[in-house]
Amino acid sequence: MICTAFKPCSGSFEQVGTPAVAPAVSVRHVSKTFLRSRQSVRALRDVSLEIAPGEFFGLLGPNGAGKTTLISCMAGLCRQDAGDIRILGHDTRQDYRQARRALGVVPQELVFDPFFSVREILRLQSGYFGIQKNDAWIDELLAELDLTDKADHSMRNLSGGMKRRVLVAQALVHRPPVIILDEPTAGVDVALRQGLWQFIRRLNNDGHTIILTTHYLEEAEALCGRLALMRSGEICALEKTESLIRQFAKHRLTVRLSEGNVLPAALQTLAAPVPDAPRSWEWTLDALADIETVLATLRESGCTLEDMRISPPDLETAFLSFMGQQS
Amino acid sequence: MTEFLTLLRKELLRFWKVGFQTVCAPVLTALLYLMIFSQVLENHVQVHGIRYTAFLIPGLVMMSVLQNAFANSSSSLIQSKITGNLVFVLLTPISNFQFFTAYLLAATIRGAVVGAGVLLATSWIGGLTMAEPLWIVLFTLLGGMLMGSLGLIAGMWAEKFDQLAAFQNFLILPLTMLSGVFYSVQSLPEFWQGVSRANPVFYLIDGFRYGFFAVSDASPWLSLAVASTFTLTVGLLSFVLLMRGYKLRT
Repeated sequence: MICTAFKPCSGSFEQVGTPAVAPAVSVRHVSKTFLRSRQSVRALRDVSLEIAPGEFFGLLGPNGAGKTTLISCMAGLCRQDAGDIRILGHDTRQDYRQARRALGVVPQELVFDPFFSVREILRLQSGYFGIQKNDAWIDELLAELDLTDKADHSMRNLSGGMKRRVLVAQALVHRPPVIILDEPTAGVDVALRQGLWQFIRRLNNDGHTIILTTHYLEEAEALCGRLALMRSGEICALEKTESLIRQFAKHRLTVRLSEGNVLPAALQTLAAPVPDAPRSWEWTLDALADIETVLATLRESGCTLEDMRISPPDLETAFLSFMGQQS
Repeated sequence: MTEFLTLLRKELLRFWKVGFQTVCAPVLTALLYLMIFSQVLENHVQVHGIRYTAFLIPGLVMMSVLQNAFANSSSSLIQSKITGNLVFVLLTPISNFQFFTAYLLAATIRGAVVGAGVLLATSWIGGLTMAEPLWIVLFTLLGGMLMGSLGLIAGMWAEKFDQLAAFQNFLILPLTMLSGVFYSVQSLPEFWQGVSRANPVFYLIDGFRYGFFAVSDASPWLSLAVASTFTLTVGLLSFVLLMRGYKLRT
């Protein structure tokens, strides 16, 4: 078993116990069926995955894919029917207290206790994890999340974005080595989102394992080293982010023709019209050299360009292409 | 231990922060009952040779203990469930036993605080003695724990506030009102005496009242045995449901 302790206020942690080789999260053959309206719904089907300590891992999939159920099973909010889950080597059922100590979860829903102020909530949350004096770390968290001036405000009086940041602070208050963020930036404005990611990235650099679910795929692409794509309760891809993009996305060329120009017939078969953009066409390229072929054909046909853009392969395209293939 | 103490503190703060509603209001309700019933019956009724108003006070105190202990655990749990903030407790290493005892103790303390409030507010009325204080403490604890456990069950079971209100109005209220709070069961016809004696809350009220006057409808030892058995049974049931995560962990 691994025992993990944190250096006070440093934001990092050190292993005090035995092997440092146990995965941050190990999910083995986990299945879960819910009974809804007298019908059984298989939310997870024999899911297995392993996340190494220090990874920034993304869990992606359409709504209803099973991401939140899997996270709930990891956190002990949901009990799997079969299989086992370990957090830093601690079984979430047999050794649930150690497993939960190692885990911090930012829930998807914007939930809060209306009876307490931000600081009271963070003190209570510290106490739930057995930490008596935690004000130095609470102050650091409040400062990092730009909540210092709201510390004594009631949760009821905070905006949605601020409540979201308090949820992040609650998840981090016991300095968990493994942090699960279930759509943490939903409803958070751009500036705060950037600040939040800087902070989370720093935690990751300090050695924390981060598991992220998000519908903002550009976030996942920028942050996650490895991704699991889920669909209908199954993991259908488990790859490094760049490998997934390489396999399922290509460069795209977008052009807008000048007024009065018509796309040559030779290019029409492979070109896709850009929705809501007149005279604009897009090509998915097998190789960058194909750009010259397209441009040469346009030149030969006497077409002139008003605008041109080359988009590199991205996660969003890869995700849509992969999910399209799956369905 | 810190985990347990924090959860207990949170549960105590939760009702204390709205003390006007959770402590003062039930004390006022009990005083209104006392004022009305004593005005109407003081000169007409004596029970076991005790003035009616003095007889009524321990019943009202115990009724307040029971109703508020139930309200504390049940409303805290259902509010946390419905607003979703229960997740902050469920995600922590707090054990089921710590969860159970923190909720139970907080419910008992709120019941005792309201009961003490009623007692304090009525202390100016003469004729109230405390013949056996240990019995008073014992039945306060048993009543608080029984209703705290029942509140936990109701809080786990109910998914909407109206379900909890139904539990409160159709079970808790009749059990407490028809238990000898306002009268001695010996004044009832035989059939209704039998019905009252089948109500476990009767033994809590009767045993509690024994602590004040050293007289009661049933033997205090019988009351202690019945109240203890029910408290243990309901407590065990709520603990087992909690361990199974009944309607808390899917």
